[in-house]
Amino acid sequence: MAYNIVVLAKQVPDTKAVTGKAMNDDGTVNRSALPAIFNPEDLNALELALQIKDDNPGTKITMMTMGLPSACEVLRQGMYRGADRMILVTDRRAAASDTLATSYILSCAVKKLGKVDMVICGRQAIDGDTAQVGPQCAEKLDIPQITYVQELLDLKDQTITIKRSVGAGWEKVQCQLPVVLTVLDTANIPRPVAARKMMKFKKAHSAMELAKADKADLADALKAKGLLIEEWNLDHIEADLQWCGRDGSPTKVNRIQSVVLAASGHKKIEPTEQGLRDMIHELIEDHTIG
Amino acid sequence: MKKRKYKMIEVNRQGEVWVFAEQYEGSLGEVPLELLGRGRLLADKLGVKLSAVLAGNKVDTLVDELAAFGAEKIYHVENTDLAHYQTISYTKVLCQLIEKHKPQIVLFGATAIGRDLAPRIASKMRCGLTADCTDLQIEDFTEPRTKEVHSNLLQQIRPAFGGNIIATIINYDRWPQMATVREGVMPMPERNENAKAEVVKETVSISPEDLAIKILEQHREAKKVNLKASRIIVAGGAGVGSKEGFKHIWDLANALGGVPAASRAAVDLGFIDHDYQVGQTGTTVRPALYIAVGISGAIQHTAGMSDSAKVVAINCDPDAPIFGVANFGIVGDYTQVIPKLIKAIREKA
Repeated sequence: MAYNIVVLAKQVPDTKAVTGKAMNDDGTVNRSALPAIFNPEDLNALELALQIKDDNPGTKITMMTMGLPSACEVLRQGMYRGADRMILVTDRRAAASDTLATSYILSCAVKKLGKVDMVICGRQAIDGDTAQVGPQCAEKLDIPQITYVQELLDLKDQTITIKRSVGAGWEKVQCQLPVVLTVLDTANIPRPVAARKMMKFKKAHSAMELAKADKADLADALKAKGLLIEEWNLDHIEADLQWCGRDGSPTKVNRIQSVVLAASGHKKIEPTEQGLRDMIHELIEDHTIG
Repeated sequence: MKKRKYKMIEVNRQGEVWVFAEQYEGSLGEVPLELLGRGRLLADKLGVKLSAVLAGNKVDTLVDELAAFGAEKIYHVENTDLAHYQTISYTKVLCQLIEKHKPQIVLFGATAIGRDLAPRIASKMRCGLTADCTDLQIEDFTEPRTKEVHSNLLQQIRPAFGGNIIATIINYDRWPQMATVREGVMPMPERNENAKAEVVKETVSISPEDLAIKILEQHREAKKVNLKASRIIVAGGAGVGSKEGFKHIWDLANALGGVPAASRAAVDLGFIDHDYQVGQTGTTVRPALYIAVGISGAIQHTAGMSDSAKVVAINCDPDAPIFGVANFGIVGDYTQVIPKLIKAIREKA
């Protein structure tokens, strides 16, 4: 059976690559100093979708991301691996959205697609680690959610069976489609990009990307070849502005502090028998040991 | 499925502080008790009651337990359909109670259940939610543009950006103020056997569509080790180099009467099981003594151990950041250092 799948992906700063330059003097993060990457667990989400497509010919995967035009890169990355359609949800009025507003906007965009069987995303994004957007999208779409997906056990007609990981254990659960799945990084190993697809889809751009590169006149030609990334704004997805952006976000950031490690004040211990014996003695004296 | 709309909660200063009493097969675990400990401080500061929400099937035996750990009031919902946690049915319970009783703060453990449930509730109530808090405080907030003062707000403090920043989040206009709280970061309160709580029985009707997920099989494994309760921890990192090398970690832990642990890198390399992982994606620990062996000291690791009373770092790289959080630094090859340490410990004992 063929399914309609939406993969929600996010472009994130690579928080593992944080260096001194990534922090501004006021303690905020200088995002431009960090490489932007495909959120790792969203790649696991895409891989799960691609496996479903492999087993169910005719299945269609729509890559959707919300962000600035630069986020088109994750859409192209999805196409390099086998996705079918690219949608960038982008709007200045969506800036400063927290997880609730983001979920609202994404759910409006998913509704715009018509009948969808599965919405699949990573468990969480590495810049915020909240794991909230998946469940909140499910609530906004008024469909069930299965979080912490470890393995797809079975998919037959409209019934899906999943093994999910729950802290100190796992459970097997089953439900009827449509459903939102949030996928763990241990669920699978994302496939590499396919060279031929990459040659084709690296030419895909959105209208805003073209405008920025002064190539707006190429839009029609790209569209004819299926290489124009769709841009949807808040009007297009019929979002109610009171639930979007700053106004739609109940959480506000009060303070940000950068984590500064305590100044190096450690005592150097020589790795000799005497040096180590003295340290152990000190730890016994102050009742740390014993 | 027909969507039920719940009324949003207005800001109200009389609202209680609530703790979601997560339970699995009639057992509470430590998380709700840790939440009650911090909830007590918040409720006292606000001058309101601390309440627990207990839902399940035959969970009345947990009422005394919650009272003993500080709940003054317990909202108790019994229903055979609530025997197993399910997102939609439990969301319904919490939303119905929140709409009726209007708490100002609702706390959940940042567990597999709490992180599945709380966002769904926040979305239904259209209120804010902060994930994985490591600290909670009550403080006034002045809006920088309007200079409007919002008094006694819940300050939801959490690491973000891979642990590189600490963010303090507030929500001043759409309540309740909700947060999930990381396991093990709030100390357990003292148990008071004599404490009694007012029990408020509530009924919530669960319909078939609230049970959209069929649970076919459940399996829980007891954790192999209780890192949180350990006074002495000897942790190995990628620098240990091999599973065989980890034998030194076990030996030193045994000699000290402590337990072994590891950084994420060592777990990912298969040197030791995930249960032993300390750090942002593992367990947060605060032992009397933490010995870090071959651990470079990435922020993701130190976030989970920097509250240790004493830290000893053993590393062959003198510039490893772990020395920045250490009290004692030993630059050297751990395969040489650990046997000498064990010898010194045996001599003193």
